[in-house]
Amino acid sequence: MNAVIQYILYLGILILLAIPLGGYIKKVMAGEKTFLSRILTPCENAVYKVMHIDSGEQMNWKKYAVSVLIFSGIGLVFLFLLQLLQGVLPGNPQGLPGVKWDLSLNTAISFITNTNWQAYSGESTLSYLTQALGLTVQNFVSAATGIAVLFALIRGFVKVKTDGLGSFWVDITRIVIHILIPLNLVIALALAGGGVIQNLKGGQTVPLLEPVAVNAEGEIIENAVIDVETNTVTVFGKAVEDADIVTEQFVPMGPAASQVAIKQSGTNGGGYMGVNSAHPLENPNAFTNLIEMISLLLIPAALCFTFGRCVKNKRQGVALFMAMFLCLVVALGCVAVREQIATPQLIQDGAVDVSAVDQAGGNMEGKETRFGIAASSTWAVYTTAASNGSVNSMHDSFTPLGGMVPMLLMQLGEVIFGGTGCGLYGMLAFAILTVFIAGLMVGRTPEFLGKKIEPYEMKWATLVCLATPIAILVGSGIAAVFPGIEASLNNAGAHGFSEILYAFSSAGGNNGSAFAGFNGNTVFLNLSLGLVMLFVRFLPIVGTLAIAGSLARKKLVAVSAGTLSTQNPMFVFLLIFIVLLVGALSFFPSLALGPIAEFLSSIG
Amino acid sequence: MAAKTKRAFAGRQMLGRAVKDSFLKLSPRAQIQNPVMFLVFVSAILTTLLWAVSLFGVRDADASSGYILAIAAVLWLTSLFANFAEAISEGRGKAQAAALRASRKDVDAHKIPSPQEKEHFTAVASALLKKGDLVVVRAGEQIPGDGDVIDGAASVDESTITGESAPVIREAGGDRSAVTGGTTVLSDWIVVRVTSEAGESFLDKMIAMVEGAARKKTPNEIALQIFLVALSIIFILVTVSLYTFSVFSAKQAGITNPTSVTTLVALLVCLAPTTIGALLSAIGIAGMSRLNEANVLAMSGRAIEAAGDVDILMLDKTGTITLGNRQACAFLPVDGVSERELADAAQLSSLADETPEGRSVVILAKEKFGLRERQLSGSQVRFLPFSAKTRMSGVDYAGSEIRKGAAEAVFDYVRASGGSCPQQCDTIVRSIASQGGTPLVVAKDRRVLGVIHLKDIVKQGVKEKFADLRKMGIKTIMITGDNPMTAAAIAAEAGVDDFLAEATPEGKLQRIRELQAKGHMVAMTGDGTNDAPALAQADVAVAMNTGTQAAKEAGNMVDLDSSPTKLIDIVRIGKQLLMTRGSLTTFSIANDVAKYFAIIPALFVGLYPGLSALNIMGLHSPQSAVLSAIIYNALIIVALIPLALKGVKYREVSSGRLLSRNLLIYGLDGLIAPFVCIKLIDLLLVFFGLA
Repeated sequence: MNAVIQYILYLGILILLAIPLGGYIKKVMAGEKTFLSRILTPCENAVYKVMHIDSGEQMNWKKYAVSVLIFSGIGLVFLFLLQLLQGVLPGNPQGLPGVKWDLSLNTAISFITNTNWQAYSGESTLSYLTQALGLTVQNFVSAATGIAVLFALIRGFVKVKTDGLGSFWVDITRIVIHILIPLNLVIALALAGGGVIQNLKGGQTVPLLEPVAVNAEGEIIENAVIDVETNTVTVFGKAVEDADIVTEQFVPMGPAASQVAIKQSGTNGGGYMGVNSAHPLENPNAFTNLIEMISLLLIPAALCFTFGRCVKNKRQGVALFMAMFLCLVVALGCVAVREQIATPQLIQDGAVDVSAVDQAGGNMEGKETRFGIAASSTWAVYTTAASNGSVNSMHDSFTPLGGMVPMLLMQLGEVIFGGTGCGLYGMLAFAILTVFIAGLMVGRTPEFLGKKIEPYEMKWATLVCLATPIAILVGSGIAAVFPGIEASLNNAGAHGFSEILYAFSSAGGNNGSAFAGFNGNTVFLNLSLGLVMLFVRFLPIVGTLAIAGSLARKKLVAVSAGTLSTQNPMFVFLLIFIVLLVGALSFFPSLALGPIAEFLSSIG
Repeated sequence: MAAKTKRAFAGRQMLGRAVKDSFLKLSPRAQIQNPVMFLVFVSAILTTLLWAVSLFGVRDADASSGYILAIAAVLWLTSLFANFAEAISEGRGKAQAAALRASRKDVDAHKIPSPQEKEHFTAVASALLKKGDLVVVRAGEQIPGDGDVIDGAASVDESTITGESAPVIREAGGDRSAVTGGTTVLSDWIVVRVTSEAGESFLDKMIAMVEGAARKKTPNEIALQIFLVALSIIFILVTVSLYTFSVFSAKQAGITNPTSVTTLVALLVCLAPTTIGALLSAIGIAGMSRLNEANVLAMSGRAIEAAGDVDILMLDKTGTITLGNRQACAFLPVDGVSERELADAAQLSSLADETPEGRSVVILAKEKFGLRERQLSGSQVRFLPFSAKTRMSGVDYAGSEIRKGAAEAVFDYVRASGGSCPQQCDTIVRSIASQGGTPLVVAKDRRVLGVIHLKDIVKQGVKEKFADLRKMGIKTIMITGDNPMTAAAIAAEAGVDDFLAEATPEGKLQRIRELQAKGHMVAMTGDGTNDAPALAQADVAVAMNTGTQAAKEAGNMVDLDSSPTKLIDIVRIGKQLLMTRGSLTTFSIANDVAKYFAIIPALFVGLYPGLSALNIMGLHSPQSAVLSAIIYNALIIVALIPLALKGVKYREVSSGRLLSRNLLIYGLDGLIAPFVCIKLIDLLLVFFGLA
């Protein structure tokens, strides 16, 4: 019962917060007054003045797209150089060296694409300067870029017979100043209050309560008896030759709370620490876990309601929200059940107690005891539904089907809420496909929100929807036969394949989470995953803007009883069906070779 | 009986030709037109090559030569079936075109220098006629080209085009002046001004359209094709990546890769949307054929699709909503004028009025007062025909001016010369109009005599029809020359949504523009030259075949029957066309689920024996599973040809109900049917020991 209440609570709080936030975002983007305008609008205007931005500019779709690409391109180059040169730059109290070129490139791409795939370990690779000036800045602006593109599309629906989609520079300024900064201030304060570290100290070294022995590879020796005085380690009375005794621990420090806030709310996911929100200093307790989890889906969920308000059809927003929400609930149900009942292997000999729902039973491997099954499963689903990718447990250790669901959520193209902005514009592309097929079935050439869907829109909508499957299939298809790929894997057989598939699904969904066993830091993987991330980020952006430009030029079609409703349960059902169908048709065979094969052999 | 045999014979002949055509269409150039089927074509070639090399011992994993041959054969059949679907849909059009061609004989045209010099003709081959040439055509001769009658009147047999054997009257001036090349004059003579040169005539266009030669892909078809091509690309990637995945998995398991290229190709063809891909062009051509069968000639495929989108029908009242003819039923005099005096004037003014209304006035005058038709001739008689501009007709006879027409027009005419209009007349006009009748005011020498009551009779069943249309979201607007009050009464009786009263050509155009600006798609019919601007503006414009050349040029469809209710049929055919496309697409994609369950376990059971749990159909062996799936894939094309030709069932219900109905039928069937059929085929294969 306890667990069920937790699940309901997580979902309920999300909806309660998303609705008002959706209204606020609409007001901001329409340039209307909000309760924060008095403080923030002067800042906004100052930015326009300093940057010489014409706040009244109406860009056509091509100019808008070029602005996005230039903006992201500059971010990419800057971030790339920052990492290469961090060794000679200030703000590096730990004296970390410059990052290797392929890893730098991968990380730079990963952050400008809002993916935050981490082939590096945060606390031991990147200096404070890189984290603050590079990653954190991109955490804000890459999230804002997604929202800006969404608004260009919204204007495409709303505007009639015009070219102008608004100004990218104005949009991104407003989003950062009015939405992301205030929201993250609140989240960061709550997190810091809850115990997440927030300081500017270098890493600390503290004594361990109890020394541990490690072998030459740095792995902990089990059942070791340590004699600190004689500096000897014995296992069952036998001395271990090459053992080292560790008496001190390195504790990373730094401005974590502020980074974690935007990591979560901007669907970024790049953790301050290597193990992300599973780290006790990044996510110490149930309270911070709740805050982090809710902020994960908050903006993507709110944008559904924003969309409804902007197109003056609140029910449309609710319909899109419902389509996403239902998928989320089903996915959550699957993961929760699979993790709770674990696998037959865990249950045998009474090794794991899965009988009680109100205690941490089930498959606890890779999960933090302070979170348990419910909070870990929910996080796993939230983080892969949104294209976030932060984790509070290790997805690699989930049961086969429990791990398949997060993978599938990414493979669906990150449209179940998805990234900030990009999730919804991805879903709208699916909605265009849906109205196309449904429209034909009722004998009309399709229209959506009063705009006719013609070959031009279909072409781009199909590309937006299929960018993810194309990227994942091509990427993992090549990786599977790339010489030496086995070295990156933590497991053999079907699970090893799952690790490859997961990595490319994560990059192909701009998600960024990983099956922890997978070592992505090789030249081939850094480059191939980098390319996948760029492809699935910018092809849909250009496609969405092209659709927006074309829609804005069209006239509005009158609504009649013959018009297909896009707000009723039937449409929601169809939309879900199309999303799942495209995902299932693209990935059923590969999932069959990975998690499904693994699952069947575990029960067989 | 004889006719039936003949049709059956023609059917067999058509079938034979379609079979022949399906082989002819196996050329790469024909195949590339349809990307999805091109994929099947390439796959067939690839598997055939695999089979050929397997004979020389080059093995494709553990696939046997016989198995590869079987797969190749089924793939070739799939290609042929798709070609057959297209060929058979073209067959009907081709037969029609052949008949039309036969009627387009090169005849000698009798070219004349001017209408006055009818006797001085020179014989010229019809193919050499230029635009603007004048020709005279006499009884028994074929009209050499499209044109307008500028002198004379004749009865013309137009059965070659309309299929209707009753002759029609073609005469100079007015809305019945257009003649079509290839039709035959039965009596009298006419002088025709040629309006189109050889090769561009109506008959030529018609042949091109029914034959499908002029068929361009419509925007909607292109959009669907984009979607299908994208799906095919995904499936190509799925199968290719699947091969590399299997290589990886086999390496991990330490065995040789048991995945054969043949099976992967079979999987690709099964997954690709071949069902809709194969039937797509057949559906389009069949839609056009259905329209032709309804005796409507569309100038482009685009027009049919637009018909499916129409949400406003502008219908002429006369003939569509009411029984064509209004009948005069009473003479209502005013200001002490006797009823007989009124009847006399009304009869005089109507003598030259050949419209049914005009005639009914003459008849009523005869019935009531025994007024005989008088022979009016000589220079003192001048008839003024009705025109849409003046909305009056009349006669100047023996020094007096008689006018009859719409109340306002006549009042204006009377007032213009300082006359006054009696209050009583106005009351009568209103009372008639409020009863749905049409008041015709008669004035003699600029004095109002009284009113003729014309009664309109609403057709049976139209009210129900309009209610159905409304359910589908289609509004009807009645166009009438009547005054607003009359129009409102008839509109209420017929159940139309709106009306345009006292319609002038400018008014119609204006109304269409307004509606389009609000985002509506408007369909209308028209025949007169003055309808041409409105026809050109409307999204779907149906010109009557009896109409003028200008109207036909302006419209995007021509109704050979010239029936005003045809618009409703056209909308039905347009919607049916789109619905058939959508439903078969859904069916085709839904099929993939079952095909996956057939092929994936078959493909990988060698790698992971546990995957046999996915073989929920319990298919006999991996080979029989793949064969059954691919045979089903080929046969379903043939099975659906009748549906593609006939179109899915259409009902006049709201879009929501239509969607759930079609989803239930084609979506759910698409999920379930292949499971059943593949299992059956598998059982048969095993039964006959083929797998």
